[in-house]
Amino acid sequence: MTPKTLILSGYGFNTENETKFCFDHVGVDSDIVHINDLISGEKKLDDYQMLFISGGFSYGDHTGAGKGMANKVLNNLRDDVMSFVSRDTLTLGVCNGFQVLTALGLAPALGEAYGERQCALLKNDSNRYQCHWTNLKIQSEKCVFTKGMDTLYCPIAHGEGNFYAEDDILDQIEANDQVAFSYTENLNDPLLPTNPNGASRDIAGICDGSGRVMGMMPHPERAIWFHQRPDFGKLKEEYLRAGKELPEFGDGIKLFENMARYFN
Amino acid sequence: MIDSFRITLRDTVKDARGNTFGAKAQKKGYKVTEIRTAECYLVNKNIDQEVQNSVSKMLENPVFESSVLDSSNAPADFDYAVEIGFLPGVTDNLGATVREAIEDLTKQDFDYPSENVFSSTLLYISGDISEEEAKEVGLLFANDLIQRISVKTKDQFIADEGMDIIIPEVKLDQAPSVDQVDLEVSYDELKVLGKKGIKNTNGTYRGPLALSVIQLHEIREHFRNLGRNPFDIELESIAQTWSEHCKHTIFANAIDEISDGLYKGLIKKATNDIRANKGDDDFCVSVFKDNSGGIIFDENYVVTDKAETHNSPSALDPFGGAITGIVGVNRDCLGYGLGAKPSLNRYGFCCGDPREELDLYRQKNKENPIIQPRGILDGVVGGINSGGNESGIPCPQGFVYFDKRFSGKPLVFAGTVGIIPKEIQGHDSSEKKANPGDLAIVAGGRVGLDGVHGATFSSEALDSGSPATAVQIGDPITQKKMSDAIIREARELYSAVTDNGAGGISCSIPEMAESSGCGCRVDLEKVPLKYPNLSPWEIWISESQERMTFSVPPENVDTMIKLFEQRGVEAVVVGEFTDDGQCRVDFNGETIMDIDIEFMQDGWPRQHLKTAEVEAKELDVGSEKELFSEPKNYTATLNELLSRPNICSYEFISKQYDHNVQSNSVTKPLQGPGRVNTSAVVSKPVLESNKGVVTSQGINPRYSDIDCYHMAAASIDDAVAAAVATGANVDYLAIMDNFCWCSSDDPARLGQLKKAVQACYDVAVKYGTPYISGKDSMYNDFKGFDSKNNPVHVAIPPTLLVSGLGVIPDVSKAVTLDFKIPGDLIYIIGETKEELGGSEYFDHQGHIGISVPQVDTDIALDRYRKMYQANQDRLLASSIHVDRGGIAVSLAKAAIAGQAGIDVNIEADDRTDFHLFSESKSRFIVSINPDNKEKFEALFPESINIGSVSDSDNLSIQSNNEQIISSQIKDLTDSYKVTFKDY
Repeated sequence: MTPKTLILSGYGFNTENETKFCFDHVGVDSDIVHINDLISGEKKLDDYQMLFISGGFSYGDHTGAGKGMANKVLNNLRDDVMSFVSRDTLTLGVCNGFQVLTALGLAPALGEAYGERQCALLKNDSNRYQCHWTNLKIQSEKCVFTKGMDTLYCPIAHGEGNFYAEDDILDQIEANDQVAFSYTENLNDPLLPTNPNGASRDIAGICDGSGRVMGMMPHPERAIWFHQRPDFGKLKEEYLRAGKELPEFGDGIKLFENMARYFN
Repeated sequence: MIDSFRITLRDTVKDARGNTFGAKAQKKGYKVTEIRTAECYLVNKNIDQEVQNSVSKMLENPVFESSVLDSSNAPADFDYAVEIGFLPGVTDNLGATVREAIEDLTKQDFDYPSENVFSSTLLYISGDISEEEAKEVGLLFANDLIQRISVKTKDQFIADEGMDIIIPEVKLDQAPSVDQVDLEVSYDELKVLGKKGIKNTNGTYRGPLALSVIQLHEIREHFRNLGRNPFDIELESIAQTWSEHCKHTIFANAIDEISDGLYKGLIKKATNDIRANKGDDDFCVSVFKDNSGGIIFDENYVVTDKAETHNSPSALDPFGGAITGIVGVNRDCLGYGLGAKPSLNRYGFCCGDPREELDLYRQKNKENPIIQPRGILDGVVGGINSGGNESGIPCPQGFVYFDKRFSGKPLVFAGTVGIIPKEIQGHDSSEKKANPGDLAIVAGGRVGLDGVHGATFSSEALDSGSPATAVQIGDPITQKKMSDAIIREARELYSAVTDNGAGGISCSIPEMAESSGCGCRVDLEKVPLKYPNLSPWEIWISESQERMTFSVPPENVDTMIKLFEQRGVEAVVVGEFTDDGQCRVDFNGETIMDIDIEFMQDGWPRQHLKTAEVEAKELDVGSEKELFSEPKNYTATLNELLSRPNICSYEFISKQYDHNVQSNSVTKPLQGPGRVNTSAVVSKPVLESNKGVVTSQGINPRYSDIDCYHMAAASIDDAVAAAVATGANVDYLAIMDNFCWCSSDDPARLGQLKKAVQACYDVAVKYGTPYISGKDSMYNDFKGFDSKNNPVHVAIPPTLLVSGLGVIPDVSKAVTLDFKIPGDLIYIIGETKEELGGSEYFDHQGHIGISVPQVDTDIALDRYRKMYQANQDRLLASSIHVDRGGIAVSLAKAAIAGQAGIDVNIEADDRTDFHLFSESKSRFIVSINPDNKEKFEALFPESINIGSVSDSDNLSIQSNNEQIISSQIKDLTDSYKVTFKDY
């Protein structure tokens, strides 16, 4: 089948365009849809197989990142979203989208308790917005989005990415193979901290029990091209001197390829 | 009677904010052991108890928060509770979001503004401090110009079940009135009118009109001919339009022999001459006439640029000043042509040294102290953080510059590069025109007293009379909603768009009418207000933020309003465009303004400015070499220079600005594994295209102490050279000028200005880099007192920021500044002269000197072209433009960035320090693959191979083969980063 993606927009989301570019690149149709058009019924989640909840600053992070948008969804689209997730669909929340996902209780959804908030993204330990590239380790067998990937090098940009859950929840997330990404050391950036925000157990992203719903703080859609890497300058010299052709794409695009592949 | 209720939310798990607040209070010397924080929302609306509970539950995240209704969830241990809330009328973004959430939950609208939500922050402070100190601690996290602070002891807090309920409603008692202003009065009375504003019946003044008596005479003459006195709104409106801030009278007036004035006679002339010289290669699309300037990006797109300053507001409320600065310049991008999409932001801060505290007050008897440099820096950095990040616009480039003289009035630069399709619906997107019959729609935020007299206030020096209402808080999300609607959906619906900036709709609507050759009529009562009872003149000139004005053909009006409504943006028709050339304003059916737009826009009296010669600086000694002796320990000197605020890392800023959003970042604000700040970056604004834009900046305020001509020339050269170093083509590079001057009514200051502008003409024309936009801010003076009541005047050093904007064909050819691979050869390109006047090194030694760097434009232009060729041939592995601190500092920066050792030897004359630290312009340090040696040297025969990148972790510099510097890369890195490590 040819899947179609709904990229949620409005009220301060801001990564829609580059995300659409990624989906275009992997041959998936996508529409940038304003949440008010879903609420008014002009657009329907039922018509889509993938839902991308964008990064950004929905409602300016006021009252807590993701909360304002999650409330908007819960007040107006709760049933639609729950039914979407229960179908054989993919849902990805990146950064602000991850914050929304957790506030909606769509991940980790331990015990299939979709709708129950089990984890949260608190303010960074530094209490400050941080933007730099991070190296992510991938281990989950279950997660649909990361199939065949070992690491992902892409940037973070957030003030509230400090993943938190009580210890028994964390144990279960780990035991159920639901840790999609964890921050890991990056030898190319020796001066940066491995864990940028104080996240429990270095967790950068998680999925639900089915592996079809995933949330992550780092931005794969901002690692589209090889030349976007901060170490591109040096790598370029190494490639040129070795007589090798420069790779065109960055790590992030692989994740979108996996999403496209799921429906093929 | 409204029965309000209060919800208190507290992070009971980590409270990172409380932790950082506690640490800051301790650092400031308060005996605080802990601070815990909470958020309060006071809902001023009658709501059933049951619904109140659901509201409270909705706002709480049970994973880490506790929420209570009308009671306290304070921690067990604390000594004082401090509440920080907003003063009446100050934009409360949190409150607005909660109001919207409650409306959405209950499906019931608030009767806003009488029903509303007000947010506040609670600090629970533990420690051995007094109640007075508790308030001082609170003030560390508040600005009493816009916020209120209340303190209770723990016992009081518990006895009262929390803080007192305070509803910060704006209550304007007087009914809106329209008064006539009698201009048939004495010279002295007119002078007072211009300086203090229109007198209210109670004897107070409405705030500065900033009109001179000469201007008031011109206005009087105009109204005499009409046979009446002006209404207050007419006078206020003319004052806004004629303000220095809006009309740039100093640049527009004739000056000495330049009858066209500095702008037309030199800046604009430079662009015209360059465009003529370039002929078919001219890449300018729209220059000077619109909110931003535009150049060709490729066959499908135009790239736009604009930089603004927001200095006066930032002195009073640094956060608010900076955030409104950045979202304001975003609107200059959205207001280009039919609406360009903001693609990247840049910033610049000139402040006092944040490690110093100054004894300065706006009034006598230690009243109204200035905000100390550290507070200014923290505030302005935070303002751009919030405004830029929340708007989803990357901010990859900027600078900081410190000098004590920026302590009274800091400079805050904010710039936005945009991208727009060349054609929209088959029309040239740079062209727009309101047609008679089109309706005037204003969209975005509502209007209040915030920002009344902003433009006229910016045109005066800061003193005790500076009005608090000039301070505004930005609301980036309201603007983001509007911006999304414009860029994605609305462009085809309107015939023209412009920003509501200085002067609010009193400037935007008549300006749009004037540039379209028509007239306008406005029904002022239709403008949505934040609170009732504003006088018509206040509604008309208010600069309340996040608003834009559109002219919309009648057949599209309903669609446009509905579209905005669907996107959560308030938009209303406030008037129409007419064909009579008049600006008419009605209020509830009564005409209260009827002025000829041409008079309003162009009737201001011209002056002929005269300058005074500025005396050349002289030395007390025979030569600069006698000022001080050569350092004995060069390694120590280099490390000291690397820690100087104008050279060292400002990573704490770069790292808190998102440079990756929109996925258009190529080279980064911090380069190499050592993360070194750069003054130019490459971005890729169109996802489908491999073409890039290069943005750069150049600024040298201290050179003004010696010579303003060379200060300006050096700033242009730095902006160009920084861009070229990273891969820009000098033949496809546009620039912008932002002049920030002081005491501009002083002929000597005007003399300096004239020299600087002359340099702008000379250098730009030589380089072929046209000005596409610019701005000036002419009164950056602080006038106040020290603690002993001595009058103090602090004037900023005359400053010119030059911003570069280039287009390159292939982003993968961008070069970063870090040394990369051991064995690479290191070259210096460009002659090092003994030019240390105004340098960082001389300042470090406590001197100014006289030998300010001078630009040789002929040699430089040729070199820049060759650099581009070297770049296109991929000959350069790294490239850094030599600026503050000279060769030694640039070598160290490239080595720190690459975390790579180097071995170099330089040939110096008698004074090695002069050679190492000279700031001669137009120089580069590059490293190359040894295999490219022949090709490189053929291209740059004058370059000097000074050594190579080593595989050690040591920076080694020899002078005439004698070891003078040997320093571990780790130590250099520490020196470079230590100054702002804990910021």
